Amino acid sequence: MSALRSVFSRSRLRESRLSVPILALAVILLFDFVFVPGFFNLEIRDGHLFGSLVDILRNSTPTVALAIGMTLVIATGGVDLSVGAIMAIAASVACILIDPRIVGLNLQGDITAVVGDPTYSFVPIPIVIVASLAVAVVCGLWNGVLVSFGRIQPMVATLILMIAGRGIAQLITNSIKIIIFNDSFAFIGNGFIVLPFSLFIVVALFAGAWLLTRRTAIGLFVESVGISFRASLYSGINEKRIKLFAYAFCGFCAGVAALIAVSSIRTSDANQIGLYTELDAILAVVIGGTVLGAGGRFSLLGSLIGALVIQATQTSMYAIGVAASAITAVKAVMVIVVILLYSQQVQDLGRRIAGRLARRQAAA
Amino acid sequence: MTDPARDIVVMESIDKSFPGVQALKQVSLTLAGGEIHALVGENGAGKSTLIKVLTGVERPDGGTITLDGAEVSIRSPLHAQSLGISTVYQEVNLCPNLTVAENLLIGRQPMKLGHVDWNAMNRQAREILQGLDIEIDVTRPLGSYSIAIQQMAAIARALVISSAKVLVLDEPTSSLTGHETDQLFRVMRKLKGEGIAILFITHFLDQVYEVSDRVTILRNGALVGVYETAVLPRLTLITLMLGRSLTELDDINQHKIESSQHIGTEPLLQADGVGLVGSIAPFDLVLHTGEVVGLAGLLGSGRTEMAQLLFGIDQPTEGSLTMDGKRVRNFSPIGSIERGVALCPEDRKAEGIVADLTVRENIIMAMQASRGWFRHLSTSDQYAIADKYIKLLSIATPSADQPVRNLSGGNQQKVILARWLATNPRLLILDEPTRGIDVGTKADIQKLVLSLAEEGKSCIFISSELEEVLRTSHRVVVMRDRAKVTEFAGEVDERAIMNAIAGGEA
Ligand SMILES: Nc1ncnc2c1ncn2[C@@H]1O[C@H](COP(=O)(O)OP(=O)(O)OP(=O)(O)O)[C@@H](O)[C@H]1O
Ligand SMILES: [Mg+2]
Repeated sequence: MSALRSVFSRSRLRESRLSVPILALAVILLFDFVFVPGFFNLEIRDGHLFGSLVDILRNSTPTVALAIGMTLVIATGGVDLSVGAIMAIAASVACILIDPRIVGLNLQGDITAVVGDPTYSFVPIPIVIVASLAVAVVCGLWNGVLVSFGRIQPMVATLILMIAGRGIAQLITNSIKIIIFNDSFAFIGNGFIVLPFSLFIVVALFAGAWLLTRRTAIGLFVESVGISFRASLYSGINEKRIKLFAYAFCGFCAGVAALIAVSSIRTSDANQIGLYTELDAILAVVIGGTVLGAGGRFSLLGSLIGALVIQATQTSMYAIGVAASAITAVKAVMVIVVILLYSQQVQDLGRRIAGRLARRQAAA
Repeated sequence: MTDPARDIVVMESIDKSFPGVQALKQVSLTLAGGEIHALVGENGAGKSTLIKVLTGVERPDGGTITLDGAEVSIRSPLHAQSLGISTVYQEVNLCPNLTVAENLLIGRQPMKLGHVDWNAMNRQAREILQGLDIEIDVTRPLGSYSIAIQQMAAIARALVISSAKVLVLDEPTSSLTGHETDQLFRVMRKLKGEGIAILFITHFLDQVYEVSDRVTILRNGALVGVYETAVLPRLTLITLMLGRSLTELDDINQHKIESSQHIGTEPLLQADGVGLVGSIAPFDLVLHTGEVVGLAGLLGSGRTEMAQLLFGIDQPTEGSLTMDGKRVRNFSPIGSIERGVALCPEDRKAEGIVADLTVRENIIMAMQASRGWFRHLSTSDQYAIADKYIKLLSIATPSADQPVRNLSGGNQQKVILARWLATNPRLLILDEPTRGIDVGTKADIQKLVLSLAEEGKSCIFISSELEEVLRTSHRVVVMRDRAKVTEFAGEVDERAIMNAIAGGEA
């Protein structure tokens, strides 16, 4: 009962924001505990940790990376629909830099015929990484310029790149799926240091984002711009620069997600990489308690847990044999539940019910 | 007058607490039909909370509400409306994008053949407003009118409810001009004649005496008493409200005379023919260190426009502005803050507070903005600054971590003032800084302005209350029709200023 009341207590809104994603995660894990035998089994093979839980963590890394960037954008009162497309662009850039040979050949048909050397890379891998991230940041800046200086609705502004982005990604690789044979690049998404290497990347990204927003004034300014950009303007906050930063950072995060994704599937597939991930990222942020459309207070930790909730749901559905196509429907239900959980009316109702129950208990 | 048989509303022993604050302790209030009842008290005394309990926005923790002799439990604002209790809240709560007519009649639009009958709707809206002596185009969006007109529309909307037995007005006059206030009072008296009970919250004691029959006084969430206005001396009223007597007003005059000795001779700020096409005609203005210049004028006379130009919200299209002898080129809020200029804006809700942020964050915002993104004020510094100003301005809040949205209107205003004082400005532009502020704090703010002047800071003081402008300013600039018309220095003749404001060519 007291748990119920703390969820619905308005004064503890900030904590209660975290309690929704934590509660959601607990519900899903409980479901797995009951219905999926062996779900919590962990074993160490060749010095690597294996198990469903590790899979969930590992598969969620691109979404977590996207959700971190998306959190800032949503907190400024915007949204970025183009992160999936930015991923495709950054992935294409990475692949073309690693192996530009076959593009010129314009091969038709079976490209797997070109067998690669696991050490070959056209440019050194660090440069590949920096270049892809830089391109992703440029994409984010483009969105930011449209939103802050062009005063275009964020939804519309980022829709442009969402639609054009995959075309650009195709152009970069001349519509060819480049296969990556380079092992050190593949380590990003496939490597293990006891735990999957991509986990370390995402944890570092999270820590960096947290420090950047909470140990500087950026977090405060982002929230303030999201809540009232006029009051922020009057207080001397450069609202345009803050928005520009948020979109650029979101682009950077999409770049990180792209590197993880493309190195784990080892193919530049502009039509598949990051497809629909913008929706997962937005959903993760919303589950995490940052308000879509209104902006303001944000919680990076909430978004992180939100991303885990989505991945855990997806993995559990697969585990009990739900078809991939039906998972979209499950996500739709999640959206509805989350929106209801955060709505003022439902919270008021919950508080009233909790109060009545408490009174009845006291009377008894 | 207070025949108990005609008591429409009886609220008894109402308790209400919020986390960390007991907003109401055993408060009682009775409203009789055909009376105008004033509710007064300091900022944060619990006035708005009491009426929110009456109008179903907040539920009391204890106590009873009786309506027409029957005990009721008011569940929601809608429920209160259906019981005949209509309200105009402290902050205008209408939709600026909808037309005036839509705002007035939404929810009860006249229908014809299953569609909204727009002509009938506009006609009805026009008639309702004519009842309040307001002639405006009801098909224009509400947001295109002044706050005053929007306020009148909110009142009109509350009146549309034909069965209203009780009308509650929370600080309706804080942004109205004298003439508009008279209009409102005429309407209130008319409604009183029809037997409606009116509850009226204001910080203007003149208005309490002008219009109310009885007055209920709250202090610190507790009831001080109910009095017949006509027999309650004004000084007693103030003492009951504040719990102390207000002697500062005499001091202020003395203070001002003394501080005028220290006015510097070098101009701090000088405007030569500064103007913005379509907003304000070119004006000249000189401001010295240690000087307080008052801006007097009617609503819409260009005072706010001048303030926004000097602060860099807008860029002038002509003229030149110099500060410390250097020509100003960077017209932007951040440029101004760096020069040591601060603007406490007029529209608290839209341009002032960031509602979801805490008191602490609201106070340090401008200071942090001037330090940039990376020279972050540490949390302990932030608390130190916030706590200093909470104390200095006696901001009523349980802690510096309270979201500013939960503060009473007057205390929100103080938070904005604190934000700007924290930047340690050399020129402080105050646009209606005392709107919604209680009499005690008003005197405190006026004193504060003069002390700042004595420290060598300059101030531009804008207020619709001429009395206040005269009390604090060494020099008064009069604005009319978006232009500066004249200036008065030294011993000022109030009549001459009034004439200049109204445009009577004496
Ligand atoms: N939702 C809320 N949460 C927490 N505290 C609140 C809330 N609403 C009001 N309070 C507190 O209750 C007290 C009374 O506030 P109220 O708004 O009733 O004052 P008021 O008399 O109307 O003041 P003012 O003249 O400034 O409008 C204040 O200390 C305020 O901070
Ligand atoms: Mg109030």
